[in-house]
Amino acid sequence: MKMADLVNLDFTLVGVLSRMGIPFGFGDATVEEVCRRQGVHTGSFLLICSVYAFDGYRPAKEALDKADLHDIVRYLHLSHDYYIHVALKELSLALDSLMEPCGARERKVLDTFFEGYKEELLKHFAYEEETVFPHVEAVLGGNPDGFTIGEYEDNHSNIQEKIDDLKNLVMKYLPPQCDQQQIFRALFYIFTLERDLQRHTALEDDVLVTLVNRLESHE
Amino acid sequence: MSKQILLVTPSAIVARGLEQVFRDLGEFEVCGILTDLSGGLRGWEADVVIVDPEVVDFASRSQLKVRISDSTDAAVLVLASPSLEEEVQKQFDGAIGLYDAPTTIIRKVREALEGHSDVPKSEGEGLSLREKEILICVAKGMLNKEIADLYNISIHTVITHRKNITRKTGIKTVAGLTVYALLNNLIDMNSVD
Repeated sequence: MKMADLVNLDFTLVGVLSRMGIPFGFGDATVEEVCRRQGVHTGSFLLICSVYAFDGYRPAKEALDKADLHDIVRYLHLSHDYYIHVALKELSLALDSLMEPCGARERKVLDTFFEGYKEELLKHFAYEEETVFPHVEAVLGGNPDGFTIGEYEDNHSNIQEKIDDLKNLVMKYLPPQCDQQQIFRALFYIFTLERDLQRHTALEDDVLVTLVNRLESHE
Repeated sequence: MSKQILLVTPSAIVARGLEQVFRDLGEFEVCGILTDLSGGLRGWEADVVIVDPEVVDFASRSQLKVRISDSTDAAVLVLASPSLEEEVQKQFDGAIGLYDAPTTIIRKVREALEGHSDVPKSEGEGLSLREKEILICVAKGMLNKEIADLYNISIHTVITHRKNITRKTGIKTVAGLTVYALLNNLIDMNSVD
């Protein structure tokens, strides 16, 4: 399969390529050729792309066998970086300019909500970075640390609810003086981030946890 | 065909009287008379419902309109009495007084029909008065139990209202509902923790 055909399956794959350090300009090269050239593990790359491109995708055993757990953790980590340093910042700026024509009161209301959401999201990322990922590395290195992936408390749901609320608030209930173009811009960022986070969660729940469970039961 | 009116009142005198008024003046026709709401309103193809607040106890009056409009798309008028709170009366599409002249009654029913949009209920409806009250409590950080005690309703009813609030607004979290309440001026910043 050509790399370009793969990316054409779903626009979110553009983000996957960017995070995995695959430069555009690959011409008509196949997925395998591009991955080899960039030193990216093809099995891991295709598994991540499948999670992003297909809604409700549940990886088959063969697909999981072909993936490398190191790559999955690395990708999740790069995604966290992207959310923190790019996506949330863009969204925050978009919300700021969106609320500019409003009164101080309205600005503060939305800002407080967004900051609350961001704080929860960052806390969740921090937990994964400080507890879950080191555990995965420990298991991979054959040094169990007492933690098991089953303890990986799933607090994704509230985070998804909040961004969904933000979407509805921006779409339905902002004061009429807000600029329509700015609303469009903010909504675009919200939808994109929501979709990305949803796939990120699927990658954690259906790929990371499954692969680590396997390793733990072989110990 | 004349527009159909369903009367809901425990008073035979009121029912017969209204029926006579509508018969005399044409245009509207009473298609049924209910003495209470136990059987519900489904199945009645009424264009207008005229309800006597006496069919429910005092504490349930604030939910009377919502309860009726849950089962019919008809315009709903209330029989006004001095004991009917203004807040409750305002929820209805109109109010008829026992001492209104027959032509006044007809005019009020007409106006209620004109003002009442027959858009399907589940789409584009705003929050009811009670839902707004409960939303305000939620935004202020009150627990379901506290809200139930405040309005003298069951926790189950509070939960039902909260579900409807979320269904109508599309907003699920308490933080999100607080923003909604603030943006819609239902509460001010000072009442939020």
